[in-house]
Amino acid sequence: MAIFIKNGAKDANYISAKESRRISKENRKITNGYEKKRNRKVIPKAEYVTKMKNPNNVVEFDNLHTYFFSDVGVVKSVNGVSFDIPKGKTVGVVGESGCGKSVTSLSLMQLVQRPQGQVVEGAIRFNTGNEVVDVTKMPTAKMQKLRGNKLSMIFQEPMTSLNPVFRIGLQVDEVIALHYPQMNKEDIKKRTIEMLELVGIANSEGVYKMYPHELSGGMRQRVMIAMGLACDPELIIADEPTTALDVTIQAQILDLLRDLKVRINSSIMLITHDLGVIAEMADYVVVMYAGRIVEKGTVAEIFSNPCHPYTIGLMNSKPAVGKKVGRLYSIPGKVPNPINMPDYCYFKDRCEMCLEVCAGIYPELVQLSPTHFVSCYRHYDIFREEDKG
Amino acid sequence: MADNIIEVKHLKKYFPIKSGPLGKRKGTVKAVDDVSFTIKKGTTMGLVGESGCGKSTTGRTILRLLDKTEGEVLFYEKEVHSLHKKELRELRTKMQIIFQDPYSSLSPRLPVGEIIGEAVKEHNLVPKDKYEEHLNRIMLSCGLQVYHKDRYPHEFSGGQRQRICIARALALNPEFIVCDEPVSALDVSIQAQIINLLEDLQAEYGLTYLFISHDLSVVEHICDTVGVMYLGGLVEMGSTEDIFSNPLHPYTKALFSAIPVPDPLAKLNRIVLKGNIPSPANPPKGCKFHTRCRECMEICKTKAPNEKNMGNGHMVSCHLYDK
Repeated sequence: MAIFIKNGAKDANYISAKESRRISKENRKITNGYEKKRNRKVIPKAEYVTKMKNPNNVVEFDNLHTYFFSDVGVVKSVNGVSFDIPKGKTVGVVGESGCGKSVTSLSLMQLVQRPQGQVVEGAIRFNTGNEVVDVTKMPTAKMQKLRGNKLSMIFQEPMTSLNPVFRIGLQVDEVIALHYPQMNKEDIKKRTIEMLELVGIANSEGVYKMYPHELSGGMRQRVMIAMGLACDPELIIADEPTTALDVTIQAQILDLLRDLKVRINSSIMLITHDLGVIAEMADYVVVMYAGRIVEKGTVAEIFSNPCHPYTIGLMNSKPAVGKKVGRLYSIPGKVPNPINMPDYCYFKDRCEMCLEVCAGIYPELVQLSPTHFVSCYRHYDIFREEDKG
Repeated sequence: MADNIIEVKHLKKYFPIKSGPLGKRKGTVKAVDDVSFTIKKGTTMGLVGESGCGKSTTGRTILRLLDKTEGEVLFYEKEVHSLHKKELRELRTKMQIIFQDPYSSLSPRLPVGEIIGEAVKEHNLVPKDKYEEHLNRIMLSCGLQVYHKDRYPHEFSGGQRQRICIARALALNPEFIVCDEPVSALDVSIQAQIINLLEDLQAEYGLTYLFISHDLSVVEHICDTVGVMYLGGLVEMGSTEDIFSNPLHPYTKALFSAIPVPDPLAKLNRIVLKGNIPSPANPPKGCKFHTRCRECMEICKTKAPNEKNMGNGHMVSCHLYDK
């Protein structure tokens, strides 16, 4: 015990057992409140049916806050994120691990680990085609109808996201059978094989009968994509779809995704930390850092005119083929502790372009062009002059 | 003293495929099939290729973590695989490895100081009274703080753990380090830190690296020479400049064109390889790449190409360059 207290003074990561008990008791009170609200038997429709701000969007994230109530404190994984995904477009979300990009997508799917993880504030409006719903307030039973149907997700690791004891065909069939109960078995099988062909699996009849271990990583990822596409989704969330794959296979999968987007006309939310993949695939880019959006804009704006020091640092730290540099730029320091976030700009302690005002409150998003936003004091009109001088 | 620290000559490593209760041998996987290269002291050689092409097996066979099937591995002109137990023990301190996954390659039950110092104690590399000093120096040079010694691996982030792995390898004053995908499990900004650290350490201690990676941009940045592997064999080898500015083998060309370029305006001129890498248990006849090659000719299907020197040590195995 004594050791813990001694360390506690030196390191914010350590708290005493007593303190931890107090925090978890408090957290339980808060999360129970949320759970109670969610588990009501009847949730009136008026609570979750809303309207889109712009009917051309598929998804609108509006000031989303997703917190995790852990025993050492509240982790604000997503802390006020707002962006839109227009119909038929690809939006790329970039950031380091732990910056909240996956939690953003999980909030959209209502897959955040409950009861610790809760959407505390904000809304995610999703256009299902015939009505607009707020995903964060949807009852679980209604959400299950949406998930895998209008909203589908391709996970990072094709190795672990398929069930090893069922045949490929059965696993894809299941998705279709669940969402189209009126279809009979033969039609479902026909649809599955059609889907497998769509994602470029040549021997689709054979693969239908195979087990996941008989396929390579790239093939498994194709099966995952087929599963995601099986019900004609409005939005595909691709959470690092190519990180676990080789470059040549990555090129195949990216080609496939690009081709499919055109063919079935759905939107893609692409989560990755590879800027190269983003540049190639995305129409819009959202750069996240420590649970907040630091910069967003079209792909051309972000790559030709990166404005936030973090975006600039991220671009410089990746070696590019054909561009020889003496020494790689590396962003100094590390991400602040997610439990005790500072009040000032989260990037200030690692930033090399700091101004005096940066010690003030967290900067608001500044609009640079109709689509380009950045959250940095250096782009406030009043400080821009100072920066130049 | 010889210029070459490592010489690999016609190295082969086959794994038997066994089946049935008696372990009857059904076939062999030719993981590494006739690979030869040399690494000069103080330089970095890169090995690139798809997963399953035998890069890691090559690295491990050089260190004798795996026994070779045929061929020679010379470390300062001494055959590594014929050393006796005692000599091998001595050699182990000279050759080290950094693994890909810093999450699974550190014992969760040992404090960091012990992880780094365990081998130093075992080999009696430094006198007892200098031990702490040695440990502190190594940790500081790898960007770790001295007070990290009493902490356990789970208290560290991925980048910090990779630093621990590097410190563990470095603590034995090695001359040659095999880096088996040291940055592929890390974030972009952390990657840059680790790559810079590896470069600094190379300059400080005169290390030689064998850098195994599938990330070509990292390889171009850190390596002096590059070998491109496909299905157990080297298809192209040469200086980094030659390989990247003038790739000759169709596989190398396809590999390079597959790299996503972080520039939305860049023109895509991509050669997409069809299909998967064939099984190394049953490689295609003739040139191993002919099943996926765009420029495949009749001769490729029957005859395996020889290695040809295109000048300046740029070696390529392809019938396109037969004259």
